[in-house]
Amino acid sequence: MTQYMFMLFDDESWHDNVSDESWQEAMQAHGAFAEAVEAAGARILDGKALEHSRSSTTVRNGSGGEEPLTTDGPFIETKEAIGGYYVIEAADLDQALALAAKCPSPIVEVRPVMDTSAAPDERGA
Amino acid sequence: MAPDARSVAAVVEGAHRRHWSAVLASTVRLTRDIDLAEDCTQEAFVRALRTWPGAVPDNPAAWLTTVARREALDRLRRETTLRRKLPLLAVEVERSTPAVPGEEAADAPADLLRLVFTCCHPALAPESRVALTLRLMCGLTTAEVAGCLLIKESAAAARVTRAKKKIAAAKIPFRIPGPDELPQRLDAVLTVVHLVYTAGHTASGQDLRRTDLTGRAIDLARMLVMLMPEETEAAGLLALLLLTEARGDSRVGQDGELVLLADQDRDRWDSQLIAEGISRATAALQSGEGRFTLQAAIAGLHAIAPSWDTTDWRQVARMYDALMTRWPSAVVALNRVAARSLEPGADLRAMLDELELLAFEPALRAYCYLPATRADVLARLGRPAEASKAYDEALLLSVNETERRFLLRRKANLPS
Repeated sequence: MTQYMFMLFDDESWHDNVSDESWQEAMQAHGAFAEAVEAAGARILDGKALEHSRSSTTVRNGSGGEEPLTTDGPFIETKEAIGGYYVIEAADLDQALALAAKCPSPIVEVRPVMDTSAAPDERGA
Repeated sequence: MAPDARSVAAVVEGAHRRHWSAVLASTVRLTRDIDLAEDCTQEAFVRALRTWPGAVPDNPAAWLTTVARREALDRLRRETTLRRKLPLLAVEVERSTPAVPGEEAADAPADLLRLVFTCCHPALAPESRVALTLRLMCGLTTAEVAGCLLIKESAAAARVTRAKKKIAAAKIPFRIPGPDELPQRLDAVLTVVHLVYTAGHTASGQDLRRTDLTGRAIDLARMLVMLMPEETEAAGLLALLLLTEARGDSRVGQDGELVLLADQDRDRWDSQLIAEGISRATAALQSGEGRFTLQAAIAGLHAIAPSWDTTDWRQVARMYDALMTRWPSAVVALNRVAARSLEPGADLRAMLDELELLAFEPALRAYCYLPATRADVLARLGRPAEASKAYDEALLLSVNETERRFLLRRKANLPS
């Protein structure tokens, strides 16, 4: 089994004026997703919804011992922002991609989680 | 009788071309490590060069597979402790997993499919899929891959390495996609094979190493048809490649320049390839109308026409109608209008309107065949002055000498 992080990107304007009804629907969609993950024999290890990206702060630490530079907002400013994430344990990428296709978010980036217990030169890419 | 060294080299070379991918695929399933499997496969061919002068085995593929897998087992035993922590390829679980690794029944066809679906996985960058397919399925060296794709050797190496690293890190599995994923995944594989063919086909006649690519692509298409006889799009792709290949020699004139379809000497077309292409395209059309099958049908209609003028344009246009619903694109739309304008009794005025609408397509803005087709229709409507202007437009957009000469000749033939 391999762990994958699903980064859920969506249009944040939805959150600004979401009705109670739509919110409930979204929650139900995530509930159905959790059931789909279990049914596939995979597992959700962690998952959270994130606050609006305007509540985000980015710290650039630099490399040459400069003072950290703190700026308001996310690292990359785009129409879609990361609105939440899941950490999923799946058999392989095909299973992870099949689950990502069931995830209730318009864009899902799937990234393998690094196994930091392996020696540095034995880790993947 | 012991064969001499030269003929053995030729036999091994032939075996390399025919069996490399099967030997590798079978070894990958054992090692779950593509690099190690490649080394062991290479080693098997080196040993064939040394051993076969005594006697060429009756079944070279089985011999090579046994040697490669035995070599892999030896190396795995020697390096167990070192390898234990390496990311292993996620191999599809076999229904009957044997107690002793390496003792499972040979399942060469399934392993070949697993390898090709891994090479052409949608999670890999398209250019990496092509490079990896040439490397792993065709057994080309990195230098040969670079030569085929007209890129630097370092760039080819980077593409292959990046793809292998992603396969390991993201755990792209060594498996045949399930029925619900198959249509999309197969389309990705067929697209790669088509790209390999196109890379060879656009090369001019002098560059033999690159034109050999068309043969490689046809081999791959044949292999897919053999492995998945029920997939009509694979048969459609093979038919398309055969029918395109049939025109091979006539595409290049005596001066080494490309010759357009309308001007090709059809007596030089390969009738055997056409016969096979037609029969495969006809069979494929009966069970489905995928984009490769429809393109094969169009190539087939051209292949059986005695000349450009006597082509069955009505039928060609019907095939473009169908292609437009399956694979809509601005270029297909233009080809469809061009074919309809050549049908007997075509409403040329209506065709002209359609061509003017297509001018708004961004994909066609710099495409010289749009004004060239309009020029052709205008000439046939008896409006030579406007046709001449349209040819000038096409000449401005044309990027190659052959097209320019074709357009200039057309323009010169207009009545003044």
